[in-house]
Amino acid sequence: MKLRYFAWVRERVGKPEEDIELPASVTTIADLMDFLAQRGEEYAHAFENPKVIRAAIDRTHVRADRAITGAREIAFFPPMTGG
Amino acid sequence: MTASRGDAVERKRMTPLIRLQVEPFDAARESAKLTHGRSDIGAVVTFTGICRGDESGRSLAAMTLEHFPEMAEAEIARHVEDALRRWPLLGVTVIHRYGRLTPGEEIVLVIAAASHRNEAFAAAEFLMDFLKTRAPFWKQVEYADGAHWVDAKATDDALAARWDEPAGRAAE
Repeated sequence: MKLRYFAWVRERVGKPEEDIELPASVTTIADLMDFLAQRGEEYAHAFENPKVIRAAIDRTHVRADRAITGAREIAFFPPMTGG
Repeated sequence: MTASRGDAVERKRMTPLIRLQVEPFDAARESAKLTHGRSDIGAVVTFTGICRGDESGRSLAAMTLEHFPEMAEAEIARHVEDALRRWPLLGVTVIHRYGRLTPGEEIVLVIAAASHRNEAFAAAEFLMDFLKTRAPFWKQVEYADGAHWVDAKATDDALAARWDEPAGRAAE
């Protein structure tokens, strides 16, 4: 599965994207954030407050309780500040 | 594109213009493109968002807009379609810049054209409220002491929430 990070999530993780194999126990966006937070210091920092982080599955906004089954690409980013 | 006057079929085939770009845009030219050769449009609302020289009371040297290109296009298109369902629009243009911008430079352009002003005003405001809160763009500002990501504003969320329907997609 492809993961993409933007803005300060990208800066904290230290990379814009990566491919990752997930254990079967990771079934929702919230699970995935928990899983990522345990991958090292930079991930722990990026995902220290998962409530503020937004996610998109295949380029559509989703909430943290959304199942990730079948997702090709998941993106994590802060609340948006465009316009 | 030419459109026959007041033709309902032509109206349905109206193609919104959505562009993400680094370079500046010309609001007057974009507006003229929408209305050229047509007599069915009675109102055009043009909104231009400009990079201010201050953020939260602090003066800034520049602002850099990061975006998620593929999703930004898709998300803006979804909201334009939503606007087209809500109002009988005759033309829509959305241009959002990204990259480094200095104070005074234009960031975003929204144009809504309709037969009557209330529809054009409402659609332009609707589109801007959603660009602020749902389009995947992030502003980083450069102060004298370094770069900072701009925090999302609760007031922007409240403005976007005005448009929610009981089963609104914003709650998704």
